[in-house]
Amino acid sequence: MADRDISDELQESIAQARDAGVSVAIAGSGSKEFLVHSDTETTQSRLLSVAEHTGVVAYRPAELVITARAGTPLRELAALLARANQMLPFEPPLFRGMGTLGGAIASGLAGSGRPWRGSVRDAVLGVVMINGLGQKLTFGGQVMKNVAGYDVSRLQVGAFGTLGVLLEISIRVIPKPASEMTLKLELDCLESLSKMREWARKPLPITASCYHDNMLYVRLSGAETAVLAGASETGGEIAGDLNWWDKLNDHDLPFFKEPGSLLRQMSPPAQELVNDACVLEWSGAKRWFYGDESEYHGTGTKLFGAGFAQVAVSSPAADPVRGDVQRRIKQAFDPDNVLNPELLRANEAA
Amino acid sequence: MSRKLVRRLLQRTLPRHCLITDPVALKPYETDGLTAIRQPPWLVALPETESQVAAVLRICREHAVPVVPRGAGTGLSGGARPVEGGVVVGLSRLNKILEVDLDNCVACLQPGVRNLAISEAVAEHGLYYAPDPSSQIACSIGGNVAENSGGVHCLKYGLTVHNVVGLKVLMMTGEVLHLGGRGQELDGYDLLALMCGSEGMLGVVTEVWVKLLPVPPVKKVLLAAFAQVSAAAAAVSEIITAGLIPAGLEMMDRLAIQAAEAYVHAGYPLDAQAILLCELDGVAQEVEADAALVERLLRDLGAIDVQIADDPQAQARLWLGRKAAFPAVGRLAPDYYCMDGTIPRYRLAEVLQQIESLSVEYKLRVANVFHAGDGNLHPLILYDADIPGELEKAEAMGGRILELCVAAGGTITGEHGVGVEKLDQMCVQFNSDELEQFERLKAAFDPAGIANPGKAIPTLTRCAEIGGMHVHNGKLPFRNLERF
Ligand SMILES: Cc1cc2nc3c(=O)[nH]c(=O)nc-3n(C[C@H](O)[C@H](O)[C@H](O)COP(=O)(O)OP(=O)(O)OC[C@H]3O[C@@H](n4cnc5c(N)ncnc54)[C@H](O)[C@@H]3O)c2cc1C
Repeated sequence: MADRDISDELQESIAQARDAGVSVAIAGSGSKEFLVHSDTETTQSRLLSVAEHTGVVAYRPAELVITARAGTPLRELAALLARANQMLPFEPPLFRGMGTLGGAIASGLAGSGRPWRGSVRDAVLGVVMINGLGQKLTFGGQVMKNVAGYDVSRLQVGAFGTLGVLLEISIRVIPKPASEMTLKLELDCLESLSKMREWARKPLPITASCYHDNMLYVRLSGAETAVLAGASETGGEIAGDLNWWDKLNDHDLPFFKEPGSLLRQMSPPAQELVNDACVLEWSGAKRWFYGDESEYHGTGTKLFGAGFAQVAVSSPAADPVRGDVQRRIKQAFDPDNVLNPELLRANEAA
Repeated sequence: MSRKLVRRLLQRTLPRHCLITDPVALKPYETDGLTAIRQPPWLVALPETESQVAAVLRICREHAVPVVPRGAGTGLSGGARPVEGGVVVGLSRLNKILEVDLDNCVACLQPGVRNLAISEAVAEHGLYYAPDPSSQIACSIGGNVAENSGGVHCLKYGLTVHNVVGLKVLMMTGEVLHLGGRGQELDGYDLLALMCGSEGMLGVVTEVWVKLLPVPPVKKVLLAAFAQVSAAAAAVSEIITAGLIPAGLEMMDRLAIQAAEAYVHAGYPLDAQAILLCELDGVAQEVEADAALVERLLRDLGAIDVQIADDPQAQARLWLGRKAAFPAVGRLAPDYYCMDGTIPRYRLAEVLQQIESLSVEYKLRVANVFHAGDGNLHPLILYDADIPGELEKAEAMGGRILELCVAAGGTITGEHGVGVEKLDQMCVQFNSDELEQFERLKAAFDPAGIANPGKAIPTLTRCAEIGGMHVHNGKLPFRNLERF
């Protein structure tokens, strides 16, 4: 794996940009460009690539922690962890192997195991970052428990680089399960939803569940005997496709490539909203479907890939108090709007 | 501000029994669980409804009066200690469970609900709330959020931040923040995670949504005795390297073992230098497989004795000594001082050895009872406050222990928070740029600086005074001092 520390150059670039009164557009590999839709043609931002800032800084499997530079490709990280029989708990989409660690943290997208194994921010233990003043700062650490100071590390998750350029991230990792099995049951959407909810109340070794196309998929993980016992309780037949969950997380299923506006609902749907054409994950707490966003105000439904600013602040469904607090936080980290300003401006009226 | 006016406004706003002004009745509020540090409160408000909380905060905002939120007052770092001229806002009477949503396995609570009361309320559905600080019969969920509390089982089940899915926060600006709730993920900045561990300095939490988990059907507890602390520490790493995440993995050293045995007779081996308690839980087949593996590892690593408890009574007996360890150690000396540093696990043996050296240097005994699986140390420094200078000596030694933790790549607090206790050590862990970033972040929530002022984040002036500030990247540390 390439091992290169360009933090001094990155810090210098931020300082220069700030002095020159221009902003920077932070980029990893560019795999999630579609998520943020920054309109690079119309902005004056300089490109700041973190992709060259790569390598593992510290990794001791017995500590269950890995610290790596932000440009480190997720694929390489996953391979390294696999050699010690470990994995990233949040199963980030790899976006065809292009994604970087920094990008995964900044966008905060978690895969199908999220309700059981935790979200992206759940796994973050510490960061080294550069704020908009060009200061290199360290928050959190490489230990499991740390409550010294505000949790600035976890605040970076899902902030899309608007509060700082991530340099190094320490992540809690988990052991790979000894065995794993995916089962499928032929059920419609409503039946699947109630099944998922019933399972969530029971001690079963479930690590993912998903309804798609009149089929309920469930993944069981753990000791082989435990998986087999779990399977006899859930029922269903063994799913042939070993990469099914990867395809789901990477949006490689045909469902995600249909024309139209792909909507993502991040709160449990009312029964009457679910229909057989949607995809349900996370025991029903995440729903994908096609439709018109404007019809779903107040239901936690957003257009997927509509851009961070739109999602977080200026969409009519957004909460104005949260919007104001977010702008003040942006101001606290980046008063001169140097970092990814297209995504969120500190001093703009709502 | 006019004190008389503020008091009159509060009296007009709250029912009589919700405002404490009498010096005798105010006494219990002088301190939290860190009893060595006291400050008489000026006024204590004990609102019974959220709108009363909001009304109190409005008066305080309009008259620039500091507000100290308080839960059950079990905090161990002085977070809920009153501040001069401030109003303590106790949330203990907002203690209703507002909703249990079995479809989504979440519950909505008022902040004064006791930690254990949550699990008790949902037990009939086979569910529970996982984080279990040892203070769980008393401490409140609001306090848990403010401290990001852990417990014996957080190695597997996480801290408060991993188990809270929604919050309602009354900010000092008068704004109300709604974060999450029934759903699992928020767009935008993760303010929910930021609120966890913010020690009452960003706002007052008035509603908490928590995640409920199915009660694990099977549990096993193993106790292993070791003739050397280093062997016990090595066993901790080996268990985790083998791919196991025990529900709990606790260690006690010789002094703690002996104190616990003398107090509750749990049957711990008195010839051991250290014991490990390992709890495994989950579905039967998983626990069986894991227990066999752990037992083999412990024996291979030279455990001089391994006991396995399958049934609840035997398990309770093995846990008894651990659970009673603090009061047991409390019998060894008139006073003890509990520390809370966290270190990478691979440095356990080394740091415990260094603590032993400090114990010799300061001539104060130290007992260690701690969450070994998380690397979260709780050295208990024994002292006698009646001997002049001993408290100061204990505090100085505690400070040295925390600095050891930072030097070992760890942190000054794993779960008890900074409060007023560890302000000086914050200057060791963070440089001036980082501390100023914390200040600016706080100002985004509380521009007037009236939410629990003087806690958790030291001023640069303080750090300069103690000389603890280190030079960072060759830059002068105090270049911004005049701004304070
Ligand atoms: C015997 C004993 C054992 C303990 N064991 C553990 C343990 O195993 N793990 C652990 O993590 N801790 C432990 N603690 C520490 C303590 O119990 C926890 O920190 C607990 O979460 C504090 O809760 P509380 O309700 O007592 O809060 P308090 O002590 O009243 O307050 C703590 C902090 O929270 C703030 N606060 C309280 N309520 C609110 C609110 N509604 N909104 C905003 N801020 C608020 C206060 O301002 C203060 O800063 C222990 C304490 C004792 C005495």
